[in-house]
Amino acid sequence: MSLKYWLSSAWDRVFRRKELGEEMEEELRAHIGLRADDLERSGMNRARAERLARVEFGARERIREESVAAMGGLFPGLMWQDVKYAIRVLRKSPGFLLAGIVTLALAIGANAVVFSVMNAFVIQPLNVARAGSLYTLQHGSDTGSQQSYPDYMDLRDRNHTFDSVLAYNILQAGLDTGQNPSSVWAIEASGNYFDALGLKPYLGRLFHAEDEHGPNSAPYVVLTYACWHTHFHDDRGVVGRVVRLNGHPFTVLGVGPEGFHGTLLFFNPDLIVPLVEDPLLAGDDLNARGVRWIFEVMGYVKPGVTLTQAAADLNSIGAYLEKTYPKDEGKRTFVLTRPSLYGDYLGKPVKAFMAGLMLLTGLILLAACANLGSLFAARAADRSKEVALRLALGSTRRRILRGLLTEAMMISVAGGALGLVGSVALLRALSVWRPFPEWPIHLAVNPDAKVYAVAVALALLSGLLFGVVPVRQVLHSSPYEVVKAGTGTNAGKRINAREILLVVQIAICGVLVTSSLVAVRGLVRSLQAPFGFAVKNTMMAQTDLSMAGYSGERVPAMQKRMIEAMQALPGVETAALADNLPLATGSNEVSVYKDTSADLRPSNAAAEVGIFNVSPQYLRAAGTELLAGRGFTWNDNAKSPQVAVVNVEFARKLFGSPANAMGHMFKRSDGTRIEVVGIAEDGKYDSLTEDPKPAMFLPILQSPSTSSILVVRSKVNPQMLAPAMRAALKDLDPGLPVLVETRDKPMQVMMFGPRMATVSLGVLGLMGAMLSITGIFGMAAYSVSKRLRELGIRVALGARRAEVVRTALGRAVRLLAIGSAAGLALGLLATRVLAYIVYEATPRDPLVLAGVIAAMALLGLIATWIPAQRALRVDPMALLREE
Amino acid sequence: MGDQANLLPGTLDLLILRAVSLGPLHGYGILLRIEQISGQALLIEQGALYPGLFRLVRQGLLKASWGKSENNRKAKYYELTAAGRKRLSQETASWNRLAAAMAAALSAKAEEV
Repeated sequence: MSLKYWLSSAWDRVFRRKELGEEMEEELRAHIGLRADDLERSGMNRARAERLARVEFGARERIREESVAAMGGLFPGLMWQDVKYAIRVLRKSPGFLLAGIVTLALAIGANAVVFSVMNAFVIQPLNVARAGSLYTLQHGSDTGSQQSYPDYMDLRDRNHTFDSVLAYNILQAGLDTGQNPSSVWAIEASGNYFDALGLKPYLGRLFHAEDEHGPNSAPYVVLTYACWHTHFHDDRGVVGRVVRLNGHPFTVLGVGPEGFHGTLLFFNPDLIVPLVEDPLLAGDDLNARGVRWIFEVMGYVKPGVTLTQAAADLNSIGAYLEKTYPKDEGKRTFVLTRPSLYGDYLGKPVKAFMAGLMLLTGLILLAACANLGSLFAARAADRSKEVALRLALGSTRRRILRGLLTEAMMISVAGGALGLVGSVALLRALSVWRPFPEWPIHLAVNPDAKVYAVAVALALLSGLLFGVVPVRQVLHSSPYEVVKAGTGTNAGKRINAREILLVVQIAICGVLVTSSLVAVRGLVRSLQAPFGFAVKNTMMAQTDLSMAGYSGERVPAMQKRMIEAMQALPGVETAALADNLPLATGSNEVSVYKDTSADLRPSNAAAEVGIFNVSPQYLRAAGTELLAGRGFTWNDNAKSPQVAVVNVEFARKLFGSPANAMGHMFKRSDGTRIEVVGIAEDGKYDSLTEDPKPAMFLPILQSPSTSSILVVRSKVNPQMLAPAMRAALKDLDPGLPVLVETRDKPMQVMMFGPRMATVSLGVLGLMGAMLSITGIFGMAAYSVSKRLRELGIRVALGARRAEVVRTALGRAVRLLAIGSAAGLALGLLATRVLAYIVYEATPRDPLVLAGVIAAMALLGLIATWIPAQRALRVDPMALLREE
Repeated sequence: MGDQANLLPGTLDLLILRAVSLGPLHGYGILLRIEQISGQALLIEQGALYPGLFRLVRQGLLKASWGKSENNRKAKYYELTAAGRKRLSQETASWNRLAAAMAAALSAKAEEV
């Protein structure tokens, strides 16, 4: 075909479509006219001639359609026709349309949200050079990656399989820019950090390995772009300025690249300082091999080296360290994991949870498709007369199917668009949300092209999926049979695919309802569980005296003054101080030994216990019950014998029982003997879901610490104390950054995981419930309308109301029961997984079981209410008239 | 009309080209012409002619223009284009080859094999 002709016909097709259609009509009319003329000439009267001509011509509609196809499809035109027809049909049943769109919008929206969260957390690589070959050097024995500085140097210098090995530590520091001192989060990074990650400065310069010359030799600071924006107001003159970190002067070298937030996903630090400055900032010892204070060590695997080879290389270094430094090193093995979620520590649970969510939302979408599919099939059955009529008038089956598919596609595209809009709004909100103001935690889950592509693909796929459900029905319908039989009959007893889908869907809903109820119960219980301290009426003020340059003798003196200042405030009942707080900062863990142990190696330890260094009156201020013995006084100081208050679990573990513990001694790893002078109640220390843990309290004068958290118990509303506390502390030292908050505030952080899990499960449960309702409703309504005639006959023969309802809905209710039972059983299994996240997630909870059964029964009631009413209103006379 | 033969698939296009090659015709005229030149032996559903006609126009083998019929009706007349003429001679040649081969094959007697 010549290009010129193609162009002109394309032009015609697009711009003269209507004209072409009219031309064709005229031509076909002319043909019939000419034929009729001939027939008339042969002696027929005009009317008969014209009728015969039309009959001879054949099925006009089909020929018209084939002609259109022959003219080059006029495809867009035909599609437009389909769309117009679909709109007309759908407008006639707005309820169906709305149900379809909302169902799909929810299902696709949920999938888009979960996928984009997974995309951000798991799929997307870090925003650094060669992210694919960057790995965390995780311990083989646990999910940590902490190392001591000498070990880091050995790992860096002795390996043969890494291009570079970098390390960083996380530190909260006091930043003084000359105005308000504030508390910021800093990364202490090894000298090769920026160069290895391939980062270029936005402003000024970054530091390099050559800048380091031993401890405290590189007092430089690099600001992150975000910190430069918030703390320095985009001041380009910041380079070269001297700021104070924990009271020490640091020179601002430059500003990091925009969009760089460190290598941890949720954790956005404010600034980066060289690791060698740690002795000055935090007081760790760069030479101590046994103290693993560096937070994470990462490495770039050389191209062509496999992970097994790299791990073997690291393990041989581990063996060398173990052999060379037996005093400091235990068995050292390594595995390589991804750094973005701190290896397996967060990575494993997050991946497992996201995969679980993705599976659930996928199932929800499948259930939605099954739902819509059965609704479509029901509609197609109701429209069988229309289909039969169209087939009889010469329309092709293909054309009718295309029409049905067009309807399905329109619903799925509308639903998908709506779902996507909703999910984008939700994701935007999530991205700017900072769940905990004092932690630099961001959930950067902005949707990207991948998310849009997935949503569109899901919408089209689901449209196809539920659109093809009625295909077989249409293909097999013979116009003659349908017209003859009328509607109804064929209420087969065999379970069909649609019913299986419905059972599966109800089971999914049951799983979701069960797990969300378990999660909610766990959350409620975790709020009521004994913490081992009082939350009510308590304020805390958190600071670190090293942030204002305190050290040595000045630390305890300042701490004493702080406590006295708090005690003096009106409304304060008790004030005390600790270096760490349970369920706030959590505990540090140390090894303790039986008094009889002579060999104080880590492997001989009697227990790993949480340690809290506290001032006198701490137990009273915190509301921790002292079960026996005494608390501390200011006389428990460096010169007096070392004493401790231990919790019940500690006493049980080291001495067999609390009674045995009182007055007895135990040892720390440096050989110090400590006497137990009191027993305190057990509590939760690091997480709400932990098992009972041994813990001990030591007098802060005997084991001093610059970390200082004031616990203030008040007689009045504690919130009202906050300004007075802030003012009093500012009076003591205006250069000390202090965070004043209620006692339960940091606990919100602990609750975050369970809460997120509960909310997402709750939302999914709700969606599953809605889908089940529409599913059961669709099935029940369909079966009632299919069997109206039968029901009418039963009513006419004197069936009672209960019997009518049983006949009409028995099957739907049975399916609901089967699905719910399966869902409940699966849900109970799923709670084993939930137990990792949610406090005391146990399925053996009568309230949960009863709740699930009640919820499912309620769903069934809601879904079958309208069909049942319709079945009860059956009027045999009216039915007989209609049929 | 009992001994009319159904059209082999694909032969309608060739018949249309042949019919039109003898002079411009409208659709009904083409139908009559085919009946005439085939000796009334071929059965064509009247309407089925049109999709074929439109296909040939689309392929650039025919061109169409409105005109008046002998009994004064407005009708669309089709005639061959140069490409159509070329196609007709190609298709005719290949049809003749096929027909000759089929005839030879079907009339082969046992002793000739």
